[in-house]
Amino acid sequence: MPTGIDRYEVQRLVREEGAQLVEVLPRRSFEALHLPGAVSIPLKRLDMVATSVLDRTRPVIVYCYDYT
Amino acid sequence: MSPRAAWRLEALGFSHVYDYLAGKKDWLAAGLTTEGKRAGQVRAGHLSRPDPPTCRPDERVGDVRRRLGSDGWDACIVVNDHDVVEGRIRPSDLADVDGETLVEEVMELGPTSIRPDAGLESIVKRVRNANVASILVTSSSGELLGVLYREDAERHLDE
Repeated sequence: MPTGIDRYEVQRLVREEGAQLVEVLPRRSFEALHLPGAVSIPLKRLDMVATSVLDRTRPVIVYCYDYT
Repeated sequence: MSPRAAWRLEALGFSHVYDYLAGKKDWLAAGLTTEGKRAGQVRAGHLSRPDPPTCRPDERVGDVRRRLGSDGWDACIVVNDHDVVEGRIRPSDLADVDGETLVEEVMELGPTSIRPDAGLESIVKRVRNANVASILVTSSSGELLGVLYREDAERHLDE
């Protein structure tokens, strides 16, 4: 079950565990502004091929714009 | 959207999946570093003056009055132990107030604040309409980050 986290935990996971950030918003939103080091995998394209850029041994943090 | 993505990743075999629920909006509101085409745009947080004078609600007005007279600040921001804004004290609030009075008895409650990612043009319009010289900049959690002065924002837009 995915774990909900806040930004402090995001920062800790990236810093201490090498977590990978994945923005799932449309590509245009990612190109305008995204978290440092994040990769873009829009929700509509979230499949085995698109996720092959991720390291399965490290934590993955997904995010969109807000709670909606 | 991100909860669905997190579940989807687990279904694809990823075992350590986290969901930053508050997302990009929260990150921007905290004034944290970003990347992308719009990352270099000057926003409220970039021009806000850091480290304004602060005080606690249980301090005496006499002590705060002395602090207010320094470095040209027009207000002392009342914060709690977590730096969350509770109120504001302006010199005019302290006229004829006894020095032993507690700050919480005379402070302005809930002053308006903006997030550091707010665009300058919209903020300048807002402070002009409100006819105020400055506005607080806080994180989405309410922590004080600084004070944006209208003159600073207007100067930047004129350049």
